[in-house]
Amino acid sequence: MADPRAPGSVASAARGSNLALMTPRNGPALVDEAVVAGVLSRALATGGDFAEVFAEDRRGTAVSLDDGRIEDLSTGRELGAGIRVISGETTGFAHTADLSERGLLAAAEAASGAARGGGGGVRQVALSRYPVVTPSPVEVLPATVAKADKVELLRRADAAARASGGSVRQVSASYSEGRRQLMVANSEGLLASDDQVRVRFAVSVVASGDTGMQTGTESVGATMGFEMFDRHDVDGMARAAARRALLKLQARPAPSGTLPVVIQRGSGGVLFHEACGHGLEADHIAKAVSVFAGRVGEQVASPLVTLVDDGTMNHEWGALAIDDEGHPTSRNVLIQDGVLTDYMWDWLRARKEGRPAPANGRRQSYQHLPMVRMTNTFVLGGDEDPDEIVRQTPYGVYVAQLGGGQVNTTTGDFVFGMTEAYLIEGGKLTEPIRDANLIGNGPQVLRDIDAVGNDFAMGRPGTCGKQGQGVPVGMGQPTLRVRALTIGGTAH
Amino acid sequence: MSELLELAEKVVGWSRSGETVEAYVSRGTETDIHVYQGSVESLSSATSAGAGVRVVAHGRQGFAYVGSLEEEALAEALDEARDNAGFASPEPWVGLPVPDGTSPALLDLWREELAGCPTADKVAAALDLERQVRLDRRITQVETARWADVSGEMALASSLGISATDRSTACYLTVAAVAGEGVDSKEAYGYTVGRAPSELVPARAADDAVARAVRLLGAAKPRSARLAVVFEPRVTAQLLNLISSGLSGERVLKGTSLFADRLGEVVAVPGFTLVDDPTNEAAWGASVFDDEGLACRRNTMVEDGVLKSFLYDSTAARRAGTSSTANAVRAGYKSAPGVGARAVYLVPGTLSADEVLAQVGDGLLVQSMSGVHSGVNPISGDFSVGVEGLLVEGGALGAPVREVTIASSIQRMLQGVVAVGADLDWLPSSAAGLTLAISEMSMSGA
Repeated sequence: MADPRAPGSVASAARGSNLALMTPRNGPALVDEAVVAGVLSRALATGGDFAEVFAEDRRGTAVSLDDGRIEDLSTGRELGAGIRVISGETTGFAHTADLSERGLLAAAEAASGAARGGGGGVRQVALSRYPVVTPSPVEVLPATVAKADKVELLRRADAAARASGGSVRQVSASYSEGRRQLMVANSEGLLASDDQVRVRFAVSVVASGDTGMQTGTESVGATMGFEMFDRHDVDGMARAAARRALLKLQARPAPSGTLPVVIQRGSGGVLFHEACGHGLEADHIAKAVSVFAGRVGEQVASPLVTLVDDGTMNHEWGALAIDDEGHPTSRNVLIQDGVLTDYMWDWLRARKEGRPAPANGRRQSYQHLPMVRMTNTFVLGGDEDPDEIVRQTPYGVYVAQLGGGQVNTTTGDFVFGMTEAYLIEGGKLTEPIRDANLIGNGPQVLRDIDAVGNDFAMGRPGTCGKQGQGVPVGMGQPTLRVRALTIGGTAH
Repeated sequence: MSELLELAEKVVGWSRSGETVEAYVSRGTETDIHVYQGSVESLSSATSAGAGVRVVAHGRQGFAYVGSLEEEALAEALDEARDNAGFASPEPWVGLPVPDGTSPALLDLWREELAGCPTADKVAAALDLERQVRLDRRITQVETARWADVSGEMALASSLGISATDRSTACYLTVAAVAGEGVDSKEAYGYTVGRAPSELVPARAADDAVARAVRLLGAAKPRSARLAVVFEPRVTAQLLNLISSGLSGERVLKGTSLFADRLGEVVAVPGFTLVDDPTNEAAWGASVFDDEGLACRRNTMVEDGVLKSFLYDSTAARRAGTSSTANAVRAGYKSAPGVGARAVYLVPGTLSADEVLAQVGDGLLVQSMSGVHSGVNPISGDFSVGVEGLLVEGGALGAPVREVTIASSIQRMLQGVVAVGADLDWLPSSAAGLTLAISEMSMSGA
């Protein structure tokens, strides 16, 4: 798990002593600058207000261990460019795996045709490259590490999980690395590149007992190189996953009904991701399919809540030097002391509102259009002693690990799963309870947060899905309590 | 021979002695159009292609993929796959399939009509759909109306004699409609699917979206209770997908299926018969070949409540001492094959949806589920999801509900089926839907 630390110090570190320029791992440009300028001109030859070339070279390796065996080692590469042309309200988009001048010009014409621009004329594009500072310098490029070393990590995790108890019936573990070199250029002259390296490791354990089978998981991911494994011990992760599975063999069915819920630090960022994160994305706001539309300046949450989205947090899973529209990421306060201060923006929505360069335009790959997405989204720490929050809860549920979630931004209703949880009775954690979803309404839950701890931590790596596109996101929060959430168990 | 098959055969031709090679090559052309407030919001159109290469040598398998069909890129993928194989654990059952003599079904999944459909017609269809929905005065917003289509081709060849090609087209129209204002808004989706534009029924998409959004207006959070639950066809399809994931022979071998050790036992109520049949042309997931190049076939997993068989690809089958059921599936060229179903359906009963409600009397009709990935554990069987729907009162639809969950376990739900509808509907999914009623689940609310 991530180290406990205040987000403020992380953000300043990215701009201070930890500063590192991209150049050491910035090989030759994906596409020659002169070619890009010509492609942008061609894209606007029949009209259009804006054109953009997004080129990407993505390589990945994944190794999985299942049932005590290394079953699969898979590597892959995808290289190509997506071209966007905006004409009035219409976006035309095409992509190609052919990065030659001919391939790019063909895609530019397809995108321009799709945008159906009228008018036209000759437009020269002068590109100016700006220096990009990565929040996540890499020490050891994963691709330079022997495959055998990656396999060895999985074997160690398997052995550690199996040594955790005789009831451990199955272990699966996976290692994955990805490198994404990208270049963005647009008709406003922007030219920027980035080189994003991520590593992820996950363990899943199945334990079996009289009550059937139970599962436990643990994962870690960072925007960094193979040095992640100097900071995170795979044996310890495997034991944590096994402990969860074994614990749940003794677990009672989860309650059915509405109770106070205390969420352990670092584990519950998904609550905010779902309760309000998606609802603060400008595309949902523009179409008024968010319960937070038109509410800037209003008290939308308990005064204890300050919510931030920050792509600059160095090495976090959702960290980026630039977003996928070429703009530098930044630290954006969305809710300050409970008052809604801003939404998250991509270029298209920011342009309509006449706002400065946004930082939240992201896409899954060159084959996708960008849209408003979160980066690292978290609630800042408060004043309370986390143990005291539990002591002051006579009866409720303590959630030590959360799984994924889902939200309907139109109604604000959202669910999230708990994968390690306990009953709180008389201010103490008592028995473990089985997995279940919790359900709440975003605006109501934000108002119902009545205690916020002083123990902020970022949580596990997430993949956020929106309209079929998955992107890596980080989440975090201190230990906190929600006065009332509905627990979807079976014990009445 | 198709161009894609030639490429696959070429890669296989590069194999060395002591190894077997399989190449899966695919190409897809997609159009995706979003419209909003009478204008095109975005229009994307592109072809993408790639290849996945498997190498097996001395009982070890390696895989690599590349998003290109250039010869140099394919050669690089083969080298990578070969290198990757060296790190796998050797097992006697690891290997590529050999042709098993099953004849491929004659399926017509390709419509030339789609290729001939002008982009302007597709845009017009999406705009018409949006207009139709906005005509309803109860609808306050249409978040998006969308046209999407895909024409996909694949070819597969191996050094053990597999040689297969398959192709299909699909298109759909979908719309997301909002009824009500502010905090009381409700949103619902409608869609229509087909293999060609002429097979689409846009009015169905419009009517569904409107009716499903409007009927949720005024929803309240009910008190927790145990009650009978009726799943609408789309929700049943999600449930069948979850159940069939546990029927993977690979999961059974690894002890991570709730159905392991239960072959021949009663796992569901009498009358519950679950089949996977990709040779049914009506199925969205219909396919001539599986993703290892064996002819797809009909497999009955549960018959009259009794667990009859699991699904296998060639590797899992060899390990289990049985033969492949042609259930190898891939998530495109980027993934090595694994076990999965394509066209699962529950043999329909005799009751209409209204008759199912009448039989249930009092309970909850579920219109949509959320948090399936976070609240359903296909290993333990624990089941807990958020739902939207309507109470069933005296056999008829009653008040809408919101912000509730329903919970049970997959095992108990299968034993609690009290009605299977006659309304089988092939949805854009690897399972078909129908109305299904369960005698009792826990509803958590206020």
